[in-house]
Amino acid sequence: MLNQPGSAQTAKLSLWRRFMNHAATGFAVGAAILVLAPLLAIFVYLLVKGAGSVNWAFLTQTPKPPGELGGGMANAMVGSALILAVASVLGVPLGIGCGIYLAEYGRNRFGDLVRFTADVLNGVPSIVIGIAVYGLIVLQQKHFSAFSGGVALGIMMVPTIARATEEMLMMVPNVIREAALGLGIPKWRTTLSITLRTASAGVITGCMLAFARVAGETAPLLFTAFGNQFWNLKLNQPTAALSLQVFAYAISPYEDWHRQAWAGALILIVMIVVAVAAVRIVTSRGMLKGTS
Amino acid sequence: MIRTLRVLLCLAVLASCAMAQTQLNGAGATFPYPMYSKWFNEYHNLHPDIQINYQSIGSGGGIRQVMAGTVDFGASDGPMTDQQMAESKVKIIHLPTVLGAVVPAYNIPGVNEELKFTPQLIADIYLGKISNWSDPAIAKVNPNVKFPNQSITVVHRSDGSGTTYIFTDYLSKVSQEWAGGPGKGTSVKWPVGMGGKGNEGVAGNIKMLPGSIGYVELIYALQNKINFGSVQNSSKTFVKASLESTTAAAAGVKMPPDFRVSITNPSGKDAYPIASFTWLLIPTHPTDKAKGKILKDFLFWMLDQGQTMTSALDYAPLPKDVVAKEKEAITKQVHD
Amino acid sequence: MSRTENEMNSPEGINPTQKAVTGIPALAKTATQRETSATSSVLERIRQTQPRSSRFPDATFRAVILITAISVFAIVVFVAWELIDKSRLSLHQFGLSFFYGHDWDPVNEVFGAVPFIYGTLVSSFLALLIAIPLSVGVAVYITEMCPVRLRAIIAFLVELLAAIPSVIYGLWGIFVLAPLLRVYVEPFLAKTLGWTGFFSGPMYGLGMLAAGIILSIMVIPIIASITREVLTAVPQSQREAVLALGATRWEMIRMGVLRNARIGIIGGIILGLGRALGETMAVTMVIGNRPEISQSLFAGGYTMASVIANEFTEATGDVYLSALVEIGLALFIVTLIVNALARLLVWSITGGSAARARA
Repeated sequence: MLNQPGSAQTAKLSLWRRFMNHAATGFAVGAAILVLAPLLAIFVYLLVKGAGSVNWAFLTQTPKPPGELGGGMANAMVGSALILAVASVLGVPLGIGCGIYLAEYGRNRFGDLVRFTADVLNGVPSIVIGIAVYGLIVLQQKHFSAFSGGVALGIMMVPTIARATEEMLMMVPNVIREAALGLGIPKWRTTLSITLRTASAGVITGCMLAFARVAGETAPLLFTAFGNQFWNLKLNQPTAALSLQVFAYAISPYEDWHRQAWAGALILIVMIVVAVAAVRIVTSRGMLKGTS
Repeated sequence: MIRTLRVLLCLAVLASCAMAQTQLNGAGATFPYPMYSKWFNEYHNLHPDIQINYQSIGSGGGIRQVMAGTVDFGASDGPMTDQQMAESKVKIIHLPTVLGAVVPAYNIPGVNEELKFTPQLIADIYLGKISNWSDPAIAKVNPNVKFPNQSITVVHRSDGSGTTYIFTDYLSKVSQEWAGGPGKGTSVKWPVGMGGKGNEGVAGNIKMLPGSIGYVELIYALQNKINFGSVQNSSKTFVKASLESTTAAAAGVKMPPDFRVSITNPSGKDAYPIASFTWLLIPTHPTDKAKGKILKDFLFWMLDQGQTMTSALDYAPLPKDVVAKEKEAITKQVHD
Repeated sequence: MSRTENEMNSPEGINPTQKAVTGIPALAKTATQRETSATSSVLERIRQTQPRSSRFPDATFRAVILITAISVFAIVVFVAWELIDKSRLSLHQFGLSFFYGHDWDPVNEVFGAVPFIYGTLVSSFLALLIAIPLSVGVAVYITEMCPVRLRAIIAFLVELLAAIPSVIYGLWGIFVLAPLLRVYVEPFLAKTLGWTGFFSGPMYGLGMLAAGIILSIMVIPIIASITREVLTAVPQSQREAVLALGATRWEMIRMGVLRNARIGIIGGIILGLGRALGETMAVTMVIGNRPEISQSLFAGGYTMASVIANEFTEATGDVYLSALVEIGLALFIVTLIVNALARLLVWSITGGSAARARA
């Protein structure tokens, strides 16, 4: 005798219970609206205030001295790309390697410890990592550099990629491993060419998500990459970064810089949304469909 | 896929080789940032293979980074203390570049007139003793201005700042209570107010917050069209910051051999009381000889051509005798 | 049996890698269970009969992989060591008084971290106060009340909130939220709730209230995502049982679902707290940068992360820098404890060995 809403039995419910039921629904719907409202607001503002400023000049020029109009963030975009490239070179292999360990060799107490450490690293505030990298690299090298910025961001990518890789590898059915091993393929080959390849779509999306997450990071770059008004492709020089530039312009008093800050922010968010949306598309196809 | 990556890598390496740029890195004061930015831009136009990258992180940052050796030069409007010079791993010489002025800028709804400030008034506002624009003490000095009943939002620097140094140096000279309290420094314990990062941040806050007052370098008030007032100098005249009054403040200053001098609250009828030199902090024995040579070349250019560009941005050029002394000091003390 | 149950409970397929963008570990049991130990011993036996020629490459590969796993350790150890090393001066000079000293005076070299600890705690607490009801509400909406077609979209949108970089939140906070607060919200709060003492004083727009609101927006996706997972993991049988006893939908949610998911939700809240404590850029841009303690939420404050961001590159004087690093060390330890606590809560739901299989 299930209590169906709308049936004759509901009429017997007390007013209080009915009221609470409706109130709860209203609260939940209200919560959903309140949560999504800032999201909408942020995107609308980014588009309205930033889209007009994303023009050819913005995308190709370097910043102008304060007070002069115009200029762009081209060097910041290139700088961000450089720093993220270094971060990926560091973070992706370490992350995937750690993930392979956790999935294939780490079903024991030591693996638990590594898993725990990875989660700890995930929770460390990015500014603390910036301090550590400043001490470890910038002070030793005696200069700020794109390299140190990349190291800081790479460190932040590792736990995300490791956990994603582990989960993807765990989803590969054991049958596949057994089949490969039964054919005489050595374990290392199995892991790389068979298991990892099967999970590759998921692993790649894990990497992309980690990438999207660190792409917007500013705090650790404050004292590693430092910033630069000029073009820079050298790893051992300070570099501009999109997130740093948006920060500097946002807290400045110049209207023109504010306008450019919105434009820079828009480009940053577009980059990230594309990555996250691509993840959604990829994971709705391929091996993950139906097994989630 | 691997092939594409290889090609891209080669291209990147080639590109970085082709752009055989020498880059110098400096950091420090936001006070002269508009001027330095223009200078480095012009210098780059003259010498396309040289880039001088300057990050305005505040004088405190400039001092710190040049002491640690992580930048090629620093910049500060608060000279380094003896203790800092002793602590520094790098031996540094102070070289003045321009003269600037710190102005009391305000944003009071309904008030567009130029306000007059006595030293006591500024000190009391920053000590928190005067907290509303309708206070009679303010009206006494500005009898013809109608003030709204608006609480005063004091804005100061949140970062280590030479502008703060200049401002608090002045306050310490004119107010005993201030000298005994927060004192002077690049970063002090402010009795009241909120912090902005850099001259840019303070100016930004003043623009945004009705009823606010803050201290910024002259060019930041001008460029952002913020009202600023005149300050009463030691000769009891109310002087507004300008090229003339800033130059007058430096007239007759006795420049010590290490160039570290304060010109706040000087004597002189037309002198603006809150003015200061700003310095570049140059290592005397640069580790990279090539960069040291470029820096030296830039400094001589700055003392000649550079000085002609200052007035356009409302910074006063250096007095001639100071320029001569500096050229001598650079030749003698900066090795390459 | 458990497999079909899970499939019923997660029609939209909560993708584990989605959580990677927010760094949320899988707290609830998701779909595929790892095979039992019987099968892994089969693997063991297969592995033992591998030809000898592959022993060496196998061992090398295992060693390389082990090194990458150890590197994660190495990183954490390096970070911790660097923090301790650089804060030694300050630890030595101030000792415990650092953590109850009120003064932050770089001129006189007196450093006390209380204003920052206060600011961090208040802003995080305010953020949780706002975020918890909203996150649980939206999670309940998505799992229990939402039409099935909308479920994936709304879930995606909520997780998108987590992907927005901190600096963009700060940008929006300065130019949109702060003026809104200054012109509309703060005067309203001062009129209605000013008597409490929390909503008094000059209204800047920027300040503790703005920081709390922005932090709450950043923390909501984390709590909501984990809450959604735990709610989905509650077996359908629980819901049906409560309904069968004559409950309304709300009563079913309250008694059958939320009660079971309580611990997981708390774990999510603690994880959200961890994020709020360490958040830097957005808070720095809207909090007003004032190292003072005030009762009013309108006043400016300062958090541990913000003071580091603002003053680190320019800390003249070794003690100054050391004091800042010590704040960083404190932040590191606190977030470590908070995250460890959240994980412990996870293990208490999923149990030890199951955690090993699917932690």
